Amino acid sequence: MRWCARAFGLAGLLAVPVAAQAPMGKAGVPEAAPLPVSRPADPANGRKIVVERRRGFCLLCHSGPFPEARFQGDLAPSLAGTGTRWTEGQIRARLIDSTAINAETIMPPYFRTGGGNRIGPAFSGKPILNAEEIEDVTAFLTTLRD
Amino acid sequence: MRVFILAVLSAFAAHAAVAQGIAPQERRSGFETMGPEAQAMQRDDFANPAMLGVAVGEAAWNRAPANGKPACSGCHGDINASMRGVDVRYPARNAVNLATLDLPGRIQLCQSLHQALMPEPRESAGLLALQAAIALRSRGLPIEAPSARGLSDGVARGEALYRQRLGQLNLSCAQCHDDHWGRSLGGTRIPQGHPTGYPLFRLEWQALGSLQRRLRNCFIGVRAEPFATGASEWIDLEIYLRERAAGMASDAPAVRP
Repeated sequence: MRWCARAFGLAGLLAVPVAAQAPMGKAGVPEAAPLPVSRPADPANGRKIVVERRRGFCLLCHSGPFPEARFQGDLAPSLAGTGTRWTEGQIRARLIDSTAINAETIMPPYFRTGGGNRIGPAFSGKPILNAEEIEDVTAFLTTLRD
Repeated sequence: MRVFILAVLSAFAAHAAVAQGIAPQERRSGFETMGPEAQAMQRDDFANPAMLGVAVGEAAWNRAPANGKPACSGCHGDINASMRGVDVRYPARNAVNLATLDLPGRIQLCQSLHQALMPEPRESAGLLALQAAIALRSRGLPIEAPSARGLSDGVARGEALYRQRLGQLNLSCAQCHDDHWGRSLGGTRIPQGHPTGYPLFRLEWQALGSLQRRLRNCFIGVRAEPFATGASEWIDLEIYLRERAAGMASDAPAVRP
């Protein structure tokens, strides 16, 4: 256990130069570790998922710097600057299950398979996005800097 | 003691404020919030496509079935007189089998009981047309509160459903239609969701359709499993929505985007 903590401590020290450029996020907001995936994150695919209505649904509620998306929502904050406001881990946590951060949120839980009411048979037991897609969207959103 | 009563009263007031959703003076029908073109289409009976359904329904009202049983008019007489104010009192508990039915369900009961017919299915053109012809006779009348005719249990069940998160997208009716009405959902203005105009001609459907069809659309939208056609849960939801819209004028048969 102690070894484990030391190993993480060491990793944390090594990560300092990167962390200096990364956003601080907001204190007390949960972070999520990267999901196990079969390939490296692809931010370009993440952007596609965000923009295409029937994949991510993101622009139904959010707006953002997507000039090709004619119809954007105004139920939720703009995605512009997401990567400045939140750490990568905070973005991931919010995507995975936003209700864990704010019980009243209208944001769907994108990587949660438990719970829920009357989920359609075609979607039962499945997350909205798979692990690779979560990592792609996370990687893309971290690039949205003001 | 007085303090205790005050505390209880203020707790009730706080609960009412939360459960109320939209203040009565802030309620807007779908007619008020839709675009001027669709409003103009609805205002003009010759342009409103739902009026074609009314014409079909009026013809059916007066036509006796081939089995020798009476036409609707054979029992009810002139539709203008007998059906005035009927639609705004539905859903209602009927005196025949004491089930609580919406208007299409009540028409089906009449068809099987008094006309010895196989009832026309829900969403069929024939049933929607009869419903439209009857609903027209309540146009402009205020929707009556279901709680005032003994349906408070249905109101409570319907409200619980209305506030329950549903489907893979995990959204309740209230989160959109109470908390975010007027906002843009991907470019579409979210209405308050008052059922004042059913059956209505929806431009998206290019057809006359029922409230249950519209509710089913919302369920599919949040990736929830819809209830079976005609299920009591739909009736409960309709009862709550009518309670929520009580006092608003009926504009059936309406046009909506």
